[in-house]
Amino acid sequence: MPKVLIEPDRCKGCELCNAACPQQILAMSKEINTKGYFHALVTDQTRCIGCRLCAISCPDVAITVRTHAVRYNLFEY
Amino acid sequence: MTATTIFGTPASLTDRITHYCPGCTHGIIHRLVAESLDELGLRETTVGIAPVGCAVLAYHYFACDFQEAAHGRAPALATGTKRARPDLTVFTYQGDGDLASIGTAELIHAANRGEKITIIFVNNAIYGMTGGQMAPTTMPGQVTSTSPAGRDVELAGYPLRVAELVATLRTPSFVERVSVHSPRHIINAKRAVRQAFEYQKEGRCFSLVEVLSTCPTNWGLTPLEALKWLEENMLPYYPLGVKKSPDDEV
Amino acid sequence: MAKKLMKGNEAIGEAAIQAGCRHYFAYPITPQTEVAEYLARRMPEVDGVFLQAESEVAASNMLFGASSAGVRTFTSSSSPGISLMSEAISYIAGAQLPVVFINIVRGGPGLGGILPAQSDYFQATKGGGHGDYHLLVFGPSTVQEAVDHVILAFELADKYRNPVMVLGDGMIGQMMEPVAFPAADVSPPPPKPWATVGMKNRPQNLIRSLFLNPDELEQNNLELRAKYDAMERDEVRFESYLTDEDMDVLVVAYGTMARIAKTAIDALREGGKRVGLLRPITLFPFPRQAVREAAGRAKSVLAVELSTGQMVEDVHWAAPDGMPVYFFGKVGGNIPAPEDISDEISKVLDGRATRHGVEPRPEEAS
Repeated sequence: MPKVLIEPDRCKGCELCNAACPQQILAMSKEINTKGYFHALVTDQTRCIGCRLCAISCPDVAITVRTHAVRYNLFEY
Repeated sequence: MTATTIFGTPASLTDRITHYCPGCTHGIIHRLVAESLDELGLRETTVGIAPVGCAVLAYHYFACDFQEAAHGRAPALATGTKRARPDLTVFTYQGDGDLASIGTAELIHAANRGEKITIIFVNNAIYGMTGGQMAPTTMPGQVTSTSPAGRDVELAGYPLRVAELVATLRTPSFVERVSVHSPRHIINAKRAVRQAFEYQKEGRCFSLVEVLSTCPTNWGLTPLEALKWLEENMLPYYPLGVKKSPDDEV
Repeated sequence: MAKKLMKGNEAIGEAAIQAGCRHYFAYPITPQTEVAEYLARRMPEVDGVFLQAESEVAASNMLFGASSAGVRTFTSSSSPGISLMSEAISYIAGAQLPVVFINIVRGGPGLGGILPAQSDYFQATKGGGHGDYHLLVFGPSTVQEAVDHVILAFELADKYRNPVMVLGDGMIGQMMEPVAFPAADVSPPPPKPWATVGMKNRPQNLIRSLFLNPDELEQNNLELRAKYDAMERDEVRFESYLTDEDMDVLVVAYGTMARIAKTAIDALREGGKRVGLLRPITLFPFPRQAVREAAGRAKSVLAVELSTGQMVEDVHWAAPDGMPVYFFGKVGGNIPAPEDISDEISKVLDGRATRHGVEPRPEEAS
């Protein structure tokens, strides 16, 4: 099961990841981080398919994607 | 079973949180360059050359040796470094003012001499760092702080299409224009950036990757609105694609 | 050591090769183009890099990139080209890079003329580019001196991590004189751990002149100042000619003008006149102490330059309080003959000359 880890204090609240997620499981928080931004968060980890489009769109490298599954490299991103 | 990371911070990027605005595509493009250096094993033999512009502090975000050039002169510095040490991978990272305005001569001549360097050109149709003035790449009618009534092509001419300009030179080179306004485009941009560094690793030719980018702050839009603005206004004028390949006939 | 008859420009090119320089980036400009033409043939012979850049702006920035990569590198140009390079010179000084610049001075301002001049003294010694920095500046008066200064320039550039300029006038570049190259005496370059040559098992090497934090910028400027203080202490060079005894006039001149002045002084000495010459060899650091000391034995000082008055200001600064300072200059490329200079010295001796740099008194002004 893939897991998306967002570092709240790296996030600048740009919302690019929200738009990128094909599963629409990303949203913005109601609390601000230490820099004063409303940061991104995952609303439902169970529906993550590990596509990594959120991390690919993030300008601040705030997102790490991990998985327990065996990974077959179907394409080199 | 332990978890594997299938997306993490590239080694060629430092941990430092960038000073770029929220949603600024500089962060994405920095990461694409860093991933390419990692994948090609070039980090420890790379020298980057920072511009004058928002990316003037790029040297804080890359884990490789760096020089800071005067405005527009990065291709000349890169020429000096590459000619002194042809074994090093040398790249410049420049914006609209640096590359398409004050540094156009240095760009054209480095390309024409076929210096085996890689130039990443971030085109966001505006001067970001100095607060949103008109750039040679600003779209007709686009409002900026020095074109408050919108760019008037009678006064300022049409925007410069740098990729096409460089592609007309006879010396073999790799020139491609890409965009980073959607995940699909980012993945394609990564391919182009990596290809550019591969050509340098092979010692093959000069490479220029023009990356259409957003500037939410100076465009006066939210990051998501800015992506849309790029798609609707810049894509038609700045067509994406490979403009020149070293495999082309000379 | 065998001597070779060489044109100044070509000897300068060869001197750089002898100093171990293998990277030259330049742009043609009269009267120094022969440096580039000579090195276009010579650099490939030693597996060096010769690159004719698209402009002096580009050439001077290529020097930044090459020096950052840890190699000895230099360029040659002439006055208008040096103006174009001023931006890069400032950046090179701020980033603390070793680079050598040759300026074969021609008449200015603007496009000026192609004949010799000494009108770039201010530009070379007082700035040219922006910011608090100095070039270490040599003023050779013979082709042999030019060769010696070029080799020394590379060594001192590396020693101080600062740009160094050899300021020759058009005559130095164009005339032919016998020269010897002291190849065996050239010391190898020091190690350069600060160079950007790839970040392997060490922290990032960063070559830059931008310090947005005021404390850091202050620190950089104070480091630069400390270098210039060290140069003023250790690198002053000058020649004294017949200044050991009391003089009526002390002439201060540099470069080829000093040679012409010497001929004039020799003629006057034969006539019993007591005249000596203090020839600055380093223009920065200017030999203030030496000028003050020699002027202390003279009744007046005469500065002679191919300009309308640049080095004379440093002579004012160096001369003891109240010492009358006179100036003789020729411009446009009209080189004075020794007689012109001895006539001028005679005017000073006879009290017919006008003091330089003295404000007219109110009665005289109206």
